[in-house]
Amino acid sequence: MGDYILLAIGAILVNNILLIQYLGNCPFLGTSKKMDTAVGMAMAVVFVLAMAGIVTWIFEAVFLKPLGLEYIRTIVFIVVIAALVQFVEIFLKKNIPALYAGLGIFLPLITTNCAVMGVCLINIKEEYNFLEMFVSSLAYPAGFGLALILFAGLRERIIIGRVPAPMQDVAIALVTAGFMSLSFLGFKGMI
Amino acid sequence: MAKTIVQEFTKGLWEEIPPFRLVLGLCPVLAVTKTVANGIGMGIAATFVLVCSNILVSALRNIIPSKVRVPCFIIIIATFVVVVELVMQAVAYPLFLQLGIFIPLIVVNCIILGRAEAFASKNGVAASTADGLGIGVGFTIALGALAAIREAFGAGTLSVPFSDTIVQLFGPSFKPFTFMVEAPGAFVCLGLMLGVMNLVGKK
Repeated sequence: MGDYILLAIGAILVNNILLIQYLGNCPFLGTSKKMDTAVGMAMAVVFVLAMAGIVTWIFEAVFLKPLGLEYIRTIVFIVVIAALVQFVEIFLKKNIPALYAGLGIFLPLITTNCAVMGVCLINIKEEYNFLEMFVSSLAYPAGFGLALILFAGLRERIIIGRVPAPMQDVAIALVTAGFMSLSFLGFKGMI
Repeated sequence: MAKTIVQEFTKGLWEEIPPFRLVLGLCPVLAVTKTVANGIGMGIAATFVLVCSNILVSALRNIIPSKVRVPCFIIIIATFVVVVELVMQAVAYPLFLQLGIFIPLIVVNCIILGRAEAFASKNGVAASTADGLGIGVGFTIALGALAAIREAFGAGTLSVPFSDTIVQLFGPSFKPFTFMVEAPGAFVCLGLMLGVMNLVGKK
């Protein structure tokens, strides 16, 4: 049990996917201007990644590994993720309209979110068993959500501040992200 | 669309140079620019995928139904990424290990899908090739420049792409500024470079 808790803390704080592993930075900058969109994106990533992690892990274990097809993993994973996202979108639209209204516009963007694909690949690369994979597929997006929501809070403040013209918008956001990353680096000694 | 082939190429080098003018595809930019060799290697891999996918997408643009175009583009891109993966394992294995999961992740690089959607699906093969090549070379230059700054300050060296030579820049008393090669340095350095680009680009 302790191992799983350590794995989860490691994935959320020590190896934070956005700030330490540099994955998923496009939506990080794209959706962090407002708190609402940041929360929506964070929820959508948690939701999709939990499923994508399981499905890609099963694909790897059932098809790719026994058949020796690891070299087409990239194609298989991206197709599986794209299909899954589409399926989730249709399912939510029909059955849980309230959730669809919240996540709706973020779902199509998730296909090209490298955090999703990245975590699926990390799960395979680290040779996690099913439970470890499940913990990591929940903990990494939780770290993504944490960083994204904290960053959105900072960014809402920066917009009010007087930033020199060339540094406005993305440039100052990146520098801010750098200092957030520095503080996350402080967790390094924890595990 | 009265631009010539040459203009399509050169716009990727300055006007629309990624990731500064087109703020897309940041993950590899931040992750692989610890050393110049890695940065340039990643840039070349991405350029190859970009040019090939642009050519194929523009050649097939009248056949692919517009409703399913994005999945089609993704499969085309994924195919070329697998090609790059296999070729790199064969000819540049150390680089392949260094870049790790960022090679398969070229597939979700927004620059490539963005160019397929915004340019190649609307223009001819020749123009799309020039566009892909221009954006790709611009991306490689940007990666190389960012990597050179980070490596010079962070490790005091410059590594030469495609060889094992590492040039020492400073004397033995140089203390590496490790902040630059760690994650925060990547964000801060890219942010400052973007600021400088905005300053210079202002008319």
